[in-house]
Amino acid sequence: MKASKKEFIAETEDLLFECQQLILEIQDTYLTSVNPDTINALFRSIHTLKGLSGLFAHQGLTEFSHALESLLDDIRLGKINVTEDVVAFLFSNIDILRSAVDAIKEDKEKTLTEQINSIKTFREFQKESESSLDIKGLIDDSILNVLSEYEEHRLKANIKNGTGIYLLRAIFELSTFDTSLEELTKKIKSQGELISTLPTSSDVPDGSIGFNLMFATSKPLNELIGQLGENLEVLVQARQIEPQPLKKQERSIKSVTTTVRVDIDKLDRILNTIGELTLAKDAVKRIAAEMSEAHRFSSFVRDVHKISQTLERKLTELQDEVLEIRMVPVGQIFSRLAQVIRRYSREIGKEINLDLYGEDTELDKSLAEEIVDPLMHLVRNSLDHGIESEENRKRKGKKEHGTIILRAFQRGNHVVIEVEDDGRGVDIEKVRKKAIEKKLIDPETEMEDREIVNIIFTPGFSTKDVVSEISGRGVGMDVVKEKLATMAGFIEVFTKKDKGTTFTLTLPITLAIIKALLVKVGTEKFAIPLTTISETIAIEHKDIQTIEWKDVYYSRGEMLPIMSVGKIFDISTVQSDSSFAVIVGFGKRKLGLLVDEIIGQHEIVIKSLGEYFKRLSGFAGAAEIGKHEVLLVLDVESMIEKSLMRQEGMSYV
Amino acid sequence: MHQEFTKSILIVEDSATTRALIRAVIDEMGDFNIIEAASGFEALKLLPTQEFNLVITDVNMPDINGLELINFIKNNSRYSHIPLIIVSTEKSEEDQKRGMALGAMAYITKPFKAYELQEVIKQAITV
Repeated sequence: MKASKKEFIAETEDLLFECQQLILEIQDTYLTSVNPDTINALFRSIHTLKGLSGLFAHQGLTEFSHALESLLDDIRLGKINVTEDVVAFLFSNIDILRSAVDAIKEDKEKTLTEQINSIKTFREFQKESESSLDIKGLIDDSILNVLSEYEEHRLKANIKNGTGIYLLRAIFELSTFDTSLEELTKKIKSQGELISTLPTSSDVPDGSIGFNLMFATSKPLNELIGQLGENLEVLVQARQIEPQPLKKQERSIKSVTTTVRVDIDKLDRILNTIGELTLAKDAVKRIAAEMSEAHRFSSFVRDVHKISQTLERKLTELQDEVLEIRMVPVGQIFSRLAQVIRRYSREIGKEINLDLYGEDTELDKSLAEEIVDPLMHLVRNSLDHGIESEENRKRKGKKEHGTIILRAFQRGNHVVIEVEDDGRGVDIEKVRKKAIEKKLIDPETEMEDREIVNIIFTPGFSTKDVVSEISGRGVGMDVVKEKLATMAGFIEVFTKKDKGTTFTLTLPITLAIIKALLVKVGTEKFAIPLTTISETIAIEHKDIQTIEWKDVYYSRGEMLPIMSVGKIFDISTVQSDSSFAVIVGFGKRKLGLLVDEIIGQHEIVIKSLGEYFKRLSGFAGAAEIGKHEVLLVLDVESMIEKSLMRQEGMSYV
Repeated sequence: MHQEFTKSILIVEDSATTRALIRAVIDEMGDFNIIEAASGFEALKLLPTQEFNLVITDVNMPDINGLELINFIKNNSRYSHIPLIIVSTEKSEEDQKRGMALGAMAYITKPFKAYELQEVIKQAITV
């Protein structure tokens, strides 16, 4: 019974966290319009909570959540309007629930009669009668009969508002319908409100499944057909929209909060504008410089200089401020990961300790969002393959429960996020065998363990028995690596047999604007992120030697591997005896990239290359410099990797 | 292999704990092949994979609701013979009634007693 109590507590805690988030969302939106899905989700969470506490015979909690559920039912069925009072009341009740769950945790169950009565009183006080609307005859019975009470309410509410009701028929392959349906649902939701999803098998070929999606929108039919296709049926015509008087709000609608939520896209646009301003600033600076050449001492030239400096300073300030707005604490993604870890470890029956460090470390919002999936992947990997079963661990003399540590910290201009487990570690021999089997390496080559472990990041390697390949997801480590490259970051792995594995993800703190070195090869220009460069040197071609098919250059007693960017991308380079080598990477992971010309530093915004060019290796993205000129940004990390892998005949593009 | 004599039951329910409880209740009754679906979509995918002798479903679920699932099963000649039991809270009383109208054979209100569910299951699989 003890274990199941633990499960009960864990599941209720997850639910309460969800509720909290949902009420926050309602609080943010109730003055304009609350998304009915949010209220319904809240209702469903409390509903689940009630079911749970009933099953575990926690009577007080059951009765209380029942009362709360009834209140939410009234809200979602439109019998009670969401007001400031309602939101505050909901918050206070979540607090009551939380303390009730805490009490259960300590085996001190409380009666909640008083609180239950207060919900009842509140409901009576708030309730407004909803004039009923007869929709029989308007819509076919075969649809009406299948609607739940809530769906029927949403249908009625929409008809009352004069919104058009449509039915969209779609047929999908049975094996993959959920993803296709999800896409379609998303499209519909961007047009209006999805009311009901009815699966059907009539007039549907074998191996397929049909869906009738009923949705409400005030958009005109021809526009919908453009978006959703021809298979649309109008169930109820949209009423001509008349301007409606705003809802009367008795009390002051002034908000006490001083924060606003801003769409990250808007901040992106501001940054783009700043980028363009920076270009203009550079032009002013150049003009100022030219002027001082011509009219050295005039006060007019000094003025222009001064202005251009102020401009530069203020632009930097502005840019820093916008970048700061975009910063979020890593804790935000950690808490999301923690939830999934808890749920998932319960599902697969491996109990683990989860330790979080450095949650205050800040990271750009868009990077934080992008990094969640790779982290999720690594964490699930640890749970699935890293951490051994309890018996196994006992046999090895380890602690019965495995530990996963998520750690974040700042290192210079980078944020490092680590996923560490104390599991079995990557089996080097197995990786080696597999890599030979898959012809990724030559069995003759001697390789250091570190090099072998890194093979797990190679496309085409992904083996169920060693690493990657998450249950049903089919995502390999190479995808994680690729993802990091698009963020101008990189991943490293440290592993020790039976001690555990640590994945270290290093990301720039902000993706928004980075400094890059622009270089020229032949007639092509490329950008190399400045954070990856240690120095640039000029070298004579005759000093480049070839050892084991690899070009190297001796620099200060060290052997530096050299790759010609021109050769990699098959660009004819300028004929000359010397060229520049941009030295990228640090420590032992260094590589000299040969280029014809160094143009100079530039601030760039890296943009993803998009789905179509995703397979193209060697590029981290593209960046626009100035009007209409687009450059490719080199993926330095993958180049270093390739040079370390000692592969002949690299295959780029 | 006496697999074909073991009856298969599909549990459609989004709460993992409730699924586990229903499974425990059924396990007490004897040897059944119990398959769990955490959502209506999962259920739709599982239905064609084997012959089910009973489907137990919740009403309130995130993707498609129990009524939509019941309607689908009852209107498909391949599945329409499968008896259906609704297990949901009394908040969805109205929905339980709608489910019965669509062809479910019984409904059980959460929280339920183990013997109640067992009784209904017994009836359902001997029909």
